[in-house]
Formats: sequence, C-alpha cells, structure tokens
Amino acid sequence: MSDVRLQSVRKVYAGGVEAVKGVSLEIADGQFCVLVGPSGCGKSTLLRMVAGLETISGGTCSIGDREVNEIEPADRDIAMVFQNYALYPHMSVYDNMAYGLRNRGTPKDEIDRRVREAARILEVEPFLERKPRALSGGQRQRVAMGRAIVRKPKVFLFDEPLSNLDAKLRIQMRVEIKKLQRALGTTSIYVTHDQLEAMTLADQLVVMNKGQVEQAGAPITLYERPMTIFVAGFIGAPPMNLLDLPASGLPGLSLASPVSGPVTLGVRPEHLELSTEGGALAVEVQVTAVEAVGAESYIYGALGGQGPEIIVRIPGRDLPAIGASLRAIARSENLHFFSRETGIRLN
Amino acid sequence: MVQRRRLLDFLPHLILLIGVAVVAFPVYVAFIASTWDAATISNGSMPLRPGPHFAENYYRTIFIGTSSSTREPVGTMMLNSLIMALTIAIGKIAISLISAFAVVYFRFPFRMTAFWIIFVTLMLPVEVRIFPTYKIVADLKLLDTFAGLTIPLIASATATLLFRQFFMTVPDELVEASKIDGAGPMKFFVDTLLPLSITSVAAMFVIQFIYGWNQYLWPLLITTKDNMQTIVIAIKKMIVTQDALTEWQLAMATAILAMLPPVFVVVVMQRLFVKGLVETEK
Ligand SMILES: Nc1ncnc2c1ncn2[C@@H]1O[C@H](COP(=O)(O)OP(=O)(O)OP(=O)(O)O)[C@@H](O)[C@H]1O
Ligand SMILES: [Mg+2]
Repeated sequence: MSDVRLQSVRKVYAGGVEAVKGVSLEIADGQFCVLVGPSGCGKSTLLRMVAGLETISGGTCSIGDREVNEIEPADRDIAMVFQNYALYPHMSVYDNMAYGLRNRGTPKDEIDRRVREAARILEVEPFLERKPRALSGGQRQRVAMGRAIVRKPKVFLFDEPLSNLDAKLRIQMRVEIKKLQRALGTTSIYVTHDQLEAMTLADQLVVMNKGQVEQAGAPITLYERPMTIFVAGFIGAPPMNLLDLPASGLPGLSLASPVSGPVTLGVRPEHLELSTEGGALAVEVQVTAVEAVGAESYIYGALGGQGPEIIVRIPGRDLPAIGASLRAIARSENLHFFSRETGIRLN
Repeated sequence: MVQRRRLLDFLPHLILLIGVAVVAFPVYVAFIASTWDAATISNGSMPLRPGPHFAENYYRTIFIGTSSSTREPVGTMMLNSLIMALTIAIGKIAISLISAFAVVYFRFPFRMTAFWIIFVTLMLPVEVRIFPTYKIVADLKLLDTFAGLTIPLIASATATLLFRQFFMTVPDELVEASKIDGAGPMKFFVDTLLPLSITSVAAMFVIQFIYGWNQYLWPLLITTKDNMQTIVIAIKKMIVTQDALTEWQLAMATAILAMLPPVFVVVVMQRLFVKGLVETEK
C-alpha cells in the first residue's frame, strides 16, 4: 500500500509566512492527484513537504502506513520530477538515471537492467551516453522521468514538469505521463498551472487557494458542482460567468424561480445558448466583442446593455455583429448559486 | 570602405604587436644574456644573437649554482619554489572549496558572520599582518620549514568568494535531486559540486600557482638556510651590489628558469582557464 495521507499539514516559513494553512488530503494507492491553484497558493510547498525537502511545521504526512514527518527525502521512497528537470549536467543520461540506484547500493546488473528498461519505455535509448546539455527539452524531460521511474518509488511527485515545453510537446508528454502512470500504477501528486493538464490527468483534482484546499474531488465533479465561488471561477476556460444579484435583480436578466438574499449566480459560457424561448435563466446581452477560435466562437457582451460582462459560447463561426442585442438562456441544472458573503454553494 | 576596414584591422594589430614587443624583448635579452659568458656581458657589447655557452651556463645554474651569492644549485631552489607554489595553490583551493561549500549550503549559527570574517581577511594580506604572523610561525618553530612557508599564505578569501559566487549559481534543484537520490552532503560535494566547479578550480589553480611561485617577502623572512631558498629570492641575491661581481649569465639563466613553470602551467591550463572565466558547465 502506498497511499499518501496529509492531516492538517501546515507550513510556516522562517519570517512568518504561512504558506500552507492546514491541508488534509487522502490520496489512494495508485491514484493520480493534481494540485492546481493560483501562483503562490502553496502548491509547491505542499509537494515539497511530501518530498521531505521542506520541514512540516504542523500536522502529519504519511506514506503507506508510515508517518514520514521526520524521515529524510532519500528514505521516503519517493521520486520527484522538477520543472527545470534538475539533471546532473556533468553526468551522462545513463549515469543520471543510475545515480540514485548506485547510492542505494543496488547491484550493478540490476541497475543496468532497470536503466535500459526505463530508457526503452521512454525512448531515450539512443541518448544514453550523451550529456543532458546535448538533449532537447523534451528529451531532458524524458530523462527526468526515467530517473524517477528506475527507482520504482511508492510515490511520484511532479512540480510543473511540462511548463518548459512548447504547447504541442506538452500535450504529447501529458498523454505519455498518464499512460506511464497507469501502467506502473504508482501513486502520483502533480502540480500544474495548466487547466487542461489538471482536468485530463487527475483522478483527484485539488484546487488550492491561499494555502488551503478549496475543493478536492473528481475533475468532472469540480466542473459540474463547484462548491465555492473560487473553484467555480478557477475551473473552466473561458471562466464561468459570475454575476452578483442584488435583491432588486439585474436589468436584462430574468430567472424563472427568483432567489432571495445577496447571491452570486454562476453560469458557464458553454451552458448559455442563443434562443428566444424561455429558460431557467434568460439574459439579454449587447455584443461588445467576438472571438472565433475555430470550431466554436465566444461572444462577449454587456448584460442589459451596460451591465457586467457575460461570455457566451456558440458553435461554429456564425458571428453576430458588434452592438447587436442577443438573448441567451440556460437550463436550471446548469445554474450555480453561491452565498455572496461566504462564497459557498447554495444549491 | 574596404580601405577603412583594412586600417581598422591593422591598427589594433599594430598596437598588440608593440605590446608584445615591449613584453617579449626584455625576456629575449635575458635569454640571450644567459647564453654568453660573463666577460662578453660585462664589457657592455653583448650581441643580440644567442651565444655559444647555452649548455654550460644552464648546467652550472641548475646543478652547481653561483660561486658566492646563493651557494646552492638553482635546481634545489626550483624544487623549493615548486613545492611552495603547489602547496599554496592546492591548499588554497581545497580550503576555499570547503569553506564556500559550508557558507552556501549549510545553515549554521553565525553563518553570515563567518562569511564576513572571511571577507574581511581580503583586507589583511600577509604584508599587512607580517609581524604577528612571523611571530606565530617562529613560536611554532616553523621557520625554515615548508609548513611555515606555505600555511600562512594558504588562508584565502579571494578563492572562497569566487567559489561562493559559483556555488550560488548552481540550481537548488540539483541539491534537492541529490537528496532524493540518496546522496548526503559530502557525496553531493564530491559527485556533483566538484565536477561542476572543475573549470573554476583550474582558473583558480593558475592564478594561485603564480601567486605562490612569485612570493618574495614571506620566503625571505621565513627561510634562512641555503637549501630552503626559493628561486625568486635567488635572482635577487645573485645580483650583487658591486656590479662586477654579478655573474650575469647565471642570473639571467635563473630568471629564464623561474619563468618556465608559470608559463607551463598557463599553457597547459589555458583552455580550462578561459572556459572557467567565461562559462560554466551548467
Ligand atoms: N523559502 C521560502 N521562504 C519564505 N516564503 C516562501 C518560501 N518559499 C515559498 N514561500 C512563500 O510561500 C507561498 C507559497 O509558495 P509556493 O512556492 O508553494 O507557491 P506555488 O503555489 O507553488 O506558486 P507557483 O504556482 O507560482 O509555483 C508564497 O507566498 C511564497 O512567497
Ligand atoms: Mg510552484
């Protein structure tokens, strides 16, 4: 068993910055957990505490059935892939992968077998004798992955491993990481900025904000039922339309079943459709800008002519003229209501 | 345009050639002087072409020495100088590497204080603290020993600072990857940091070897026995005040011999040296 359990884990840096404020998480054996959140929310800090590169200021972290708070990184049975790869520049690719095994006194033939196997899986066999500087970014990335998998650790830790690659390579590596993780069945924690990476890789998606977990769960759950305004605004691109509803209502907006109290209404651009019929929600917008991104287009409009901005996604490239007035509706299951004071979901 | 180009190309070369001549001509004269006999040199009409006494003069210099002033063959002195320069260079590099490693990678109490103390010693070269240092060496009965000759010169802030600057450019992730790979601090030092520093070490070695080889004041104070003399001191001693007594051909041969090891070190280390100054293997 190699599940990872965090119980009210806190991190206070020297100088008093509280980077992680009591995070509790359970990552099951073999699960792929992705941490997302805005810059500075403590993702890396949390990951590094699991790795043992930062001390844990409070709470406990366990890997398998062992509490690891006081255990050295080398003895935690984890492997980490860094954003800048952190390959040893003076060692060949082979030595880079073999180094950790050698330090552990693994027999030579076993090292050789594992390194060649990893090189085969990651398709870096032709480069085994090269130095990292003679590799492309994508190849370095693979070597860094190879260094992690040869050790057969209980947990993989990734800190934005793909952010230095170009968009195309990023998608390719993303797919490969997922395949590899499935094949090896190794528990993984993955930090990223990239929405798409987060949604596609995660078994468990964890949205962090200001050192705390906002919501954790299956990616589709977070998409369909965000529990806080923050998660609603963070997951999805373009972001969910969030409208503060005053008790008097907003001009240009009509709800089939009116709500009371200070409430924020959320509806995703992809759940709004242009229609003249009635719906649980109907909005009148005046088009201010349009964006065609290929198969679909986004319409930016002002609610009721001069109200807050609303984004509507429409299929195809049949774009309305700027200044035109449109009417869009949404179904009731696609409406999200949040308390404006606490930010918590109401429906 | 082409004309101008030519001129612009030519001018720097001319300046460089003049510079080379200014530096090389005295060396050439010294070499020529070391191949004639004493009489030719002292009557003031030494020709500018090599003389017939090359082998004889160099043999006398290396294996016999001057008859009066130094009383010791220059071979011995070269060996002394070599031991001194190597010990100083290697000692300085070893100590500086370790102290820079400590200052950069360990969080111990008064770390910055330690760093500043090292830094301040930049203002205290041997010449400034020569009396107390001499007293200590004398009290420790290290006069006329290689230990006395080298140890006070080994402590070095310059090299420590250089290595500290270099270590600070090594990405933190390499330390972290090493930790995860099960390498302790010393293993990280030996397996990763040293190989990465190799060009800086080479550059430092060249600089410090020459520094050690050229030491004059300190060996002059510390050594009294003839067989502990260094070659730089010997050159000075050979040139006696009554000009007529100076065996110029031997003094010049000694000067030429004194130049050879530093030149050798520079030539051999040149590629690494330049690399160490302009780039790092990262
Ligand atoms: N060594 C440190 N000392 C003090 N504060 C730190 C240290 N490292 C990080 N912090 C602070 O802790 C907070 C969280 O940092 P962390 O690196 O975990 O953010 P992150 O979520 O990974 O951000 P990013 O997405 O930009 O990488 C930040 O406010 C940061 O300034
Ligand atoms: Mg980070």
